[in-house]
Amino acid sequence: MSKELIVVLLIAPLVGFLINGLFGKWLKGNEKLSGWIGALAVLVSLVCSIIAFISLNNGAALLDAKLYDWIIGDFGDDSFAFNIGFYVDALTAVMLLVITGVGFLIHVYSIGYMHGDEGYTRYFAYLNLFVFAMLILVLGNNYLMMFVGWEGVGLCSYLLIGFWYDKQSATDAGKKAFIMNRIGDFGFLLGMFTLFAAFGTLDFGAMFDAAEADNFQKVFGASTLEIATLLLFVGAIGKSAQIPLYVWLPDAMEGPTPVSALIHAATMVTAGVYMIARSAVLYNIAETGQIVAWIGVLTAFFAATIALTQNDIKRILAYSTVSQLGYMFVGVGVGAYASGVFHLVTHAFFKGLMFLTAGSVMHAMANELDMRKMGGLKSKMPITHWTFLVGALAIAGFPFLSGFWSKDEILHSAWGSFPLIYGIGLVTAFLTAFYMFRLIFVTFYGESRVDSEVASHLHESPAIMWLPLAILAIPSALIGLLLGWGGHESWFHDFTKSVFPEAHHDASGNVIVFMAISSVVGLAGIAFAWTRYSKRVPSDEPTGALHRLLANKYYVDEIYNALIVQPVKNGSHFLLWKLVDNGIIDGIVNGVAAIIRFVGGTLRRLQTGLVQVYIISMVLGIVLFLAYYLFFT
Amino acid sequence: MNPEQILFILFGAVSLIGAIAVISFRHPIYSALSLIVTFFAQAGLFVLLGAHFVAAVQIIVYAGAIMVLFLFVIMLLNLGTLSAKGAISGKLKGFAVILGILLAIEGVYIAVKAINDPAVASAETATESVNTTTYTIGELLFNEYLLPFEVTSLILLAALIGVIVLVKRESQAENEVQ
Amino acid sequence: MPLESYLILSALLFTIGVVGVLIRRNAIIIFMCIELMLNAANLAFVAISRSLGEASGQVFVIFVMAVAAAEVAIGLAIIVSVFKHRQTINVDEVNSLKG
Repeated sequence: MSKELIVVLLIAPLVGFLINGLFGKWLKGNEKLSGWIGALAVLVSLVCSIIAFISLNNGAALLDAKLYDWIIGDFGDDSFAFNIGFYVDALTAVMLLVITGVGFLIHVYSIGYMHGDEGYTRYFAYLNLFVFAMLILVLGNNYLMMFVGWEGVGLCSYLLIGFWYDKQSATDAGKKAFIMNRIGDFGFLLGMFTLFAAFGTLDFGAMFDAAEADNFQKVFGASTLEIATLLLFVGAIGKSAQIPLYVWLPDAMEGPTPVSALIHAATMVTAGVYMIARSAVLYNIAETGQIVAWIGVLTAFFAATIALTQNDIKRILAYSTVSQLGYMFVGVGVGAYASGVFHLVTHAFFKGLMFLTAGSVMHAMANELDMRKMGGLKSKMPITHWTFLVGALAIAGFPFLSGFWSKDEILHSAWGSFPLIYGIGLVTAFLTAFYMFRLIFVTFYGESRVDSEVASHLHESPAIMWLPLAILAIPSALIGLLLGWGGHESWFHDFTKSVFPEAHHDASGNVIVFMAISSVVGLAGIAFAWTRYSKRVPSDEPTGALHRLLANKYYVDEIYNALIVQPVKNGSHFLLWKLVDNGIIDGIVNGVAAIIRFVGGTLRRLQTGLVQVYIISMVLGIVLFLAYYLFFT
Repeated sequence: MNPEQILFILFGAVSLIGAIAVISFRHPIYSALSLIVTFFAQAGLFVLLGAHFVAAVQIIVYAGAIMVLFLFVIMLLNLGTLSAKGAISGKLKGFAVILGILLAIEGVYIAVKAINDPAVASAETATESVNTTTYTIGELLFNEYLLPFEVTSLILLAALIGVIVLVKRESQAENEVQ
Repeated sequence: MPLESYLILSALLFTIGVVGVLIRRNAIIIFMCIELMLNAANLAFVAISRSLGEASGQVFVIFVMAVAAAEVAIGLAIIVSVFKHRQTINVDEVNSLKG
């Protein structure tokens, strides 16, 4: 594996972005071309990723190469340098395959999905830019470069959520996502500063070596690493939509559905998990994983309960994503980094698949999202139905499908040290199976409740859309079996063992027992959903207090609104605008103007227009000056 | 009293009286004629100082050319005495005279002080007898002061063009009005 | 005669010119007063030139005369055009600069 390969891998989407972004005007007449340029750019990256993956030689090899110095600070003893460089190990390779693999399929799918949209070329430009930024994020060999990618994906996420910018709700959602992410990014920045203060470098290799050798400045005393890792985790909370900053992700569904699949399910939101996995050495030493795990499991449970009562397909999937991200944090939090990342991979496939099928349903239903207005779609859209079913079974933990393996590994790892987390996780698994199959039964089975007008042209999506679905369905079903067979001795663990430090977690107990429990819980959830929703449609009005609480998402948005948004708004309005801006700043500006006006009004009387008065003043000046010069010096 | 002193007092008195007359007469024609008298008296002072060439130029340029121009303009515009109406600056007349007296005192003080300056005094005693001729002035003008001399010619040219432009534009504007 | 006398005479002439500029309202007389001041300066130049035994002072006088000639030409042209516009050369009535 050479540097040049990685450069090509990285640059290809950027080239796609530049072509679509700069020459989009001329490509407008030719949608297909524009879309295929975008897809091809990612395909190049995918091929490079596969080559890089193979040349890693089963995880043994490592590339830590510097391209060039980016920022050089030459201050004698305090010199530092940040470079543009790549760090490719097993973890990076896995991420690369997920990003470019899922990314490529979603690009292809988008060619069909976005057909006829006004901003077709703009869409593909953004999507390519996103892939580019995401690749920077995972390829960087230091935190600063990771941060550049981190911000880049945030920007693209904002641009794509607000893609249909003439829709008020879309632009609002974009801003919400951006601001929520900004809070997290602030934490990331502070964490980065702390690490830099402690280590004097941000390069992964050097930093991790120093951390293991306990050779760094303790800027906050003994708890330096604790503080740094927790600050970094704040960044992950924002980016990966954990409590309390998760509220942007459900709203982000305002963007085009393939965007939800790529950015808000498969790749960007998992950046937080990647970051913690990348910093595994630090987290291991700092032992802050417990907090990560607790936040993760609470988010998982919390989001799953909200998903129980939603009726909007994409929102259910969004809360499901938040919930699954919580699982990943449990994995990396309890020290089972490989299991967390493994869940990231399987989730990318099955959640990407489910979002794309949801998009397919929307495509057929004229952008209808409310599942109460669907029903009986199975016969009209067989491929969509079957692929969605595969995804749902995978996430529900149906035995031997991919979600089963990864989720079970995480829960198994949690059991040893945190039985309570294991318990909550298991309940969440039950809820997950339940809400997913509630979605399936209401949408695809039962009586058709589709409007007659929409029903008349209800159809299966074109091949360009269902082919990616079919292709994605295969790894969704099988990747767990292929990579995860054998639990902690699986191929995936073997592949990534060089990356992660020796885990703290206690993987005791019989694997088979845990698998059996997980299976039973998952199947129970499916069965429970069958009894409640195979014949019945969710009621329009919430029944009971708990139901209302869940249907309103615990009123979190309202609480944030009342606690943060309104005070800030009022503060801005009354304090900053009325008092500071109108009163003080305008007062100063107008006051200065008034003073000058007054002085000018007084002084203008000196301008008599009489030349002789001017001359007299001049002579007076001369006389006084001469008098001073002659008689007083 | 030697003849030089008598002549100095004579020319000095005439030029001072002429100068006061310039600012005292109400009619500009009288003022102009008084100014000519002052110029002649000054030419006499130049002769006393041995600056014969300057004295000649004084009479030819000032009394001859410049003053003729003044008289010509006064007669062309048929300027008489001015009415005192709206003379706001007239109220400042007294103040102006006081300022003038102060300025005169300071000027005389400078003159006396300059003589007492040892550097100037020594120069005076050393070179009292040196005579400056037209020949010396010409040599200085075309050697040491060649560049200022040429610049002066440019100034005159600029003045020439400026006057033509000023007067010509006026006549055009008048034509347009008519 | 001592240099002093010439310089005192020059200062008095100059002052008379200044006072004239200040008290007269007829533009053309103001102009004459300016000539008076220039002449007073010329007198001082020549007197000092003689006392230093140097001809440079007299050369300056020539320059002053040339500049004065140019100035008179321009000044009188301006007076003529002002008179054409406003039918007066009273400086009190030419007060467009009044604030």
